[in-house]
Amino acid sequence: MSRTIPTTDKKPKPRPDIVGGHTLSMYVNNKPGVLMRICQVFARRAYNIDSLVVSQGRDPRFSRLTLGISGDPAGLPQIILQCDKLIDVIHCHEHLPADAVVRELAMIKVHVPDAERRTEVLQIVEHFGGKTVDLTERSMIIRIEGASDKVDAAIRLLGNYEIIETVRTGKVVMARGEQGT
Amino acid sequence: MIEFQTEKPIFDIMAAAKQPEMDGAQALIKTLDELGVEYVFGYSGGAALPIFDALETVATNMKFVLTRHEQGATHMADGYARATGKPAVVLVTSGPGAGNTITGIMTAQMDSVPMIIITGQQVTWMLGKDAFQEADIFGITIPVVKHNYLVRETNELPRIAREAHHIATTGRPGPVLVDVPKNVSQSPFTGDLDVEIDLPGYNPEAAYHFDVDSVEEAARLINAAKKPVVLAGHGAMIAGAESELMEFAEKRGCPVTSTLLGKGVFPETHPLSLGMLGMHGTAYANKAMVECDLIFNVGSRFDDRIIGQADKFGAQAKIIHIDIDPSEMGKMIKPDLGIVGDAKAVLTALIPMVEKGDTKGWLDHLDGYRKKYPLAYKKQGGLRMQQVLDEIYELTDGDAIVTTDVGQHQMWAAQFYRNDASWMWLSSGGAGTMGFGFPAAIGAQFACPDATVIAVCGDGGFQMTLCELATAVIHKLPIKILVLNNHYLGMVRQWQELFFDNRESGVDLLGNPDFVKLAEAYGAKGINIKRPADVQKKLQEALDYNEGPVLINAECVKTDNVFPMIPAGAALEDMLTEPPKRKMEKPVGST
Repeated sequence: MSRTIPTTDKKPKPRPDIVGGHTLSMYVNNKPGVLMRICQVFARRAYNIDSLVVSQGRDPRFSRLTLGISGDPAGLPQIILQCDKLIDVIHCHEHLPADAVVRELAMIKVHVPDAERRTEVLQIVEHFGGKTVDLTERSMIIRIEGASDKVDAAIRLLGNYEIIETVRTGKVVMARGEQGT
Repeated sequence: MIEFQTEKPIFDIMAAAKQPEMDGAQALIKTLDELGVEYVFGYSGGAALPIFDALETVATNMKFVLTRHEQGATHMADGYARATGKPAVVLVTSGPGAGNTITGIMTAQMDSVPMIIITGQQVTWMLGKDAFQEADIFGITIPVVKHNYLVRETNELPRIAREAHHIATTGRPGPVLVDVPKNVSQSPFTGDLDVEIDLPGYNPEAAYHFDVDSVEEAARLINAAKKPVVLAGHGAMIAGAESELMEFAEKRGCPVTSTLLGKGVFPETHPLSLGMLGMHGTAYANKAMVECDLIFNVGSRFDDRIIGQADKFGAQAKIIHIDIDPSEMGKMIKPDLGIVGDAKAVLTALIPMVEKGDTKGWLDHLDGYRKKYPLAYKKQGGLRMQQVLDEIYELTDGDAIVTTDVGQHQMWAAQFYRNDASWMWLSSGGAGTMGFGFPAAIGAQFACPDATVIAVCGDGGFQMTLCELATAVIHKLPIKILVLNNHYLGMVRQWQELFFDNRESGVDLLGNPDFVKLAEAYGAKGINIKRPADVQKKLQEALDYNEGPVLINAECVKTDNVFPMIPAGAALEDMLTEPPKRKMEKPVGST
């Protein structure tokens, strides 16, 4: 009996009118509704939030947000000022790749119905410094950590096999050196 | 070591039990009173019952005004704030009561008007369960407030009320909404009334720590200019920079134009005043913007109805922009020099560095435009709105507080009712809210009981909030309601005439009531004006009546058009000073 496994992740079509890859970091009040205010700033100006990571800061009164966004690059300084203007936002900065460490984590579930393919996939995992975190007769879950382009590259190569689904945490960013994020 | 507590005598315990404990609502009302709130405009309802009860049980200096619709309450608070600079409170119930405030909140937000809106709410354990009269007003209003709160702890009420007042009134002012669930307002209050605010993400003081080098650079640009113009906005008024603006303009010999909301911050009868600029501004103000070599924007946000086509605006000139809001820098127009700061503080630092300038040639040149394109109207062919406004300006010596609705009457009022002082021109600029004028006049009359307050309304706008006639009559407010009645949504009809081959669609207000009888039904006085020759006499009759509100229904020419006009999105040099002879393209801008 054959079983079809649905793949939910599709490759996005490139959009020439928008520029992605901007990384914003925000320090905000840790209260209900704050995320809603921030999301409205982006939605109203037709920006898309490509990735979003929120977690409590060391001081539990505040949260740290990292947003990966895409949209009209000319409007970006305005967006940053509009976010900064929100009472619940302590500060908002853009981080350029040269000045910051950007990392994310992905889990990729691959269909590996035989030993041959399993061996090939494991070689790719090893190359990217990933880990196998779940293994069955027909599938495995691989964990990859690193800069977004490394995660992209791993997913691209694994795409030669049958990817069942991928889950990415989204980017987290930290400014290099003594500079605060 | 063990300490033994001595037992309290039984009568002490009984006395404590008898003491009426304060509930959250009472703590809230007490705090608002301590903050100096003078007026509460509102409409009662179930979820707000404890707060309405607290208005009765707490001794305060606050006066409550029951309106006839929640939108009216917001516009009254808005009119009060625009006439005084101080916030009033809007108090309404949950669900539809809260929902009805949205237009008024948006109007205040767009025009930087301080306001505190308190909404009742369902009890916290019912939130999100579609309970009776539950609306997520916190979520709904996020895009139209400066800040908002959903209160979850009774003891937080005083702090939140203080924060709301602080946020509403400092920096760039705006509305702040506080949503108070019923169980939060009616639970016992056990906290501290005199509590510190805690706003780590809000620093309005930064407006007074601007960059001094930038001010020196501004002075250099200003001193080098041969043909400077000051563009004075609402921000200059909010900062209280009237005398600094005057000193600057007179020292530098610099003409001043103002935005719709800046009307009065520089006296419009002053020889250096060019009046209002923009879509329906004076031709000479718009010509000055096109020909000047320096635009010095003091507290205006470069609204789209001022700049027209953004890439052509001020292309020939250097542009300096002073604004208290950092997010206004470069939003519409990228200035050559931007200074984020309070307008009064920046001007005070700037004036000593500004040199006296010889601008006689430039001023004479602009006077040529003043003579060539005066604001004028035909006195034949029926009663014109312009004449009514011109005559009421003369009869009141320009000394009345004027509120308006939105449309043709508003633009003609802006042109013909010249303002020589701040806080006298109350008009919905950014939002363009029809129905604003009359309730705003009620708020202004409460704020300034001795002032002559004129609500200039269209027949369309007036019918949106006319239920507040009851409020005005009950409080015997001697407001002059001037309904400039052309039986049309005149401004929309003008656009259809000019840009849509005169195809009228949805603009004919067939079915207007007899406004005089309507006023009389509410117990107000009504006066009809039908002939141009009667205007002065009838207006004087209205001005002399001070027993309560008087409605003047002026039957005006139905199809008059406002000029000058810059079609939306067109460049300022494409201004029309008279009806166009050729067919017009549809405008690229929205409105």
